[in-house]
Amino acid sequence: MIKRVHFQPGVLPYLLVAPQVLITLIFFIWPAGQALYQSMLIQDAFGLSTQFVWFENFVELFKDSLYVDTFFRTVFFSFCVAFLSMSLALLLAATADRIVRFSTLYRTLLIWPYAVAPVVAGALWMFMFDPTLGIIAYMLDGFGYDWNHRLNGGEAMSLVIMAAAWKQISYNFLFFLAGMQAIPKSLHEAAAIDGAGPSRRFITISLPLLSPTTFFLMVINIVYAFFDTFGIIHAITKGGPAKATEILVFKVYNDGFIGLDLGSSAAQSVILMAIVIFLTIIQFRYIERRVQY
Amino acid sequence: MVENRPFADFFCHLVLILGILLVAFPIWVTFVAASHDAIRVTQVPLPLLPGDQFFVNLKTAFMDGVGNAREQSIGIMLFNSLVMALMIAIGKIAISLLSAFAIVYFRFPFRMMFFWMIFLTLMLPVEVRILPTYAVVANFGMLNSYWGLSIPLIASATATFMFRQVFLTVPDEMLEAARIDGASPMQFFRDILLPMSRTNIAALFVILFIYGWNQYLWPLLITTDKSMYTIVMGIKQMLEAAEESPEWHLIMMTTLLAMIPPVLVVITMQKLFVRGLTETEK
Repeated sequence: MIKRVHFQPGVLPYLLVAPQVLITLIFFIWPAGQALYQSMLIQDAFGLSTQFVWFENFVELFKDSLYVDTFFRTVFFSFCVAFLSMSLALLLAATADRIVRFSTLYRTLLIWPYAVAPVVAGALWMFMFDPTLGIIAYMLDGFGYDWNHRLNGGEAMSLVIMAAAWKQISYNFLFFLAGMQAIPKSLHEAAAIDGAGPSRRFITISLPLLSPTTFFLMVINIVYAFFDTFGIIHAITKGGPAKATEILVFKVYNDGFIGLDLGSSAAQSVILMAIVIFLTIIQFRYIERRVQY
Repeated sequence: MVENRPFADFFCHLVLILGILLVAFPIWVTFVAASHDAIRVTQVPLPLLPGDQFFVNLKTAFMDGVGNAREQSIGIMLFNSLVMALMIAIGKIAISLLSAFAIVYFRFPFRMMFFWMIFLTLMLPVEVRILPTYAVVANFGMLNSYWGLSIPLIASATATFMFRQVFLTVPDEMLEAARIDGASPMQFFRDILLPMSRTNIAALFVILFIYGWNQYLWPLLITTDKSMYTIVMGIKQMLEAAEESPEWHLIMMTTLLAMIPPVLVVITMQKLFVRGLTETEK
């Protein structure tokens, strides 16, 4: 935690932490407190009077079937994004771990989507699936399938899931590959001598030993899908059609900035904070445990 | 390699190549669209091979601008993005280095309180506190400024934690020796700690640059003045304009321009990037 040997305390350490602590107080703690406070206020339609109502905003939210729908939609969306991008990344990592030739080249070509901004990813996928112009929509049309994510909610949802998962493949790939390379080669050799083929070794050796990595990535992917996909959704569907792709973060933005329902938006922010805190604690508990052995 | 199985190896290469094609296909389509003229891009089906209008489109995008942001040239947006990304990356590294130094090398009252306060920021991403943070920034009069774009994103628990971890591995003898030689705390920081954590700083810089460049929601709220738009949010404005008059060839050109800087950073500094990614998540 701290060095055995250290400097004499004085004013200096306070000066050193001051910039970070000030920014944290002004832009993190204070706004979070504001959000907590506002989440217990109700403002009338003209913004003239406000009333302190304790938890009424929260009760209203959970009574509101639109919000509950959004909640489960977000869970569904996150699960699909995590599953799709993690399984593809695992497949790619398993094959990349096996080969020797060109492995750096393959890795380079697989990791760069990490650098693509979510909105940019949204623009790319939107263009490919554009109902009138998009190349993939055109191909689907050739198979007799009429793709239009502007009208069909299910199609809109699958499009944002694909775009979000695409962007996350490289991140998962890197972590799976690192996890695989950390598995001692002797395990694989011993199993091979006993007659286990590559796919069998993958299932009985790599997969179980990768479970810490998998768990870690699952938390990271869920956090990503919950919060970082705002740009993708804002670019492609804006939550539509008919709210089919509206996730929690998008609703906070929509109700707060567009609808100006401050109390409800603040209450939603507080619920999101609770979710982040919960996920962070899970992640840290797991990491603490990993460090021990 | 454990055993020699030519077929399995062939299969692995095949899977990887298919994976790369899947990952690269959207970019290829973008590049192709950016290299045709307006008329060809609105004809179905879109071409799969690049055309000869790439540099013409590049020039148009830079000189005339695109869509709603017409009055605003792409050059200024790229510049804004660069300034924001650099401010966020350098600012985060600077304040995290200082506070990690204080927390590791000094024993002072409220040390743990500060530590936990910094830790809390991990749990409050911009997305969950957008409205109140916006209000704070507006009160400070920082809307439509580089400060407003970067300062609220600068506090970072992960960077502080990483530097704390790095400093903890520096042997105590270093400090003892420095003190015997009469070094002041800041001299020790500048002449010993900074050089020792050089690679970590570089690795973190790569990650934070990408993080800053790709910011979207925050610039979207903070900037209303077109001269402050960043390239990433500029694309969104163009997409909105595209609903009436699709200028896909120019939009795709801008998309390409928006993604080149961070992608170049990842590819040229791959080692640092991988290191930064795995270290900040620890």
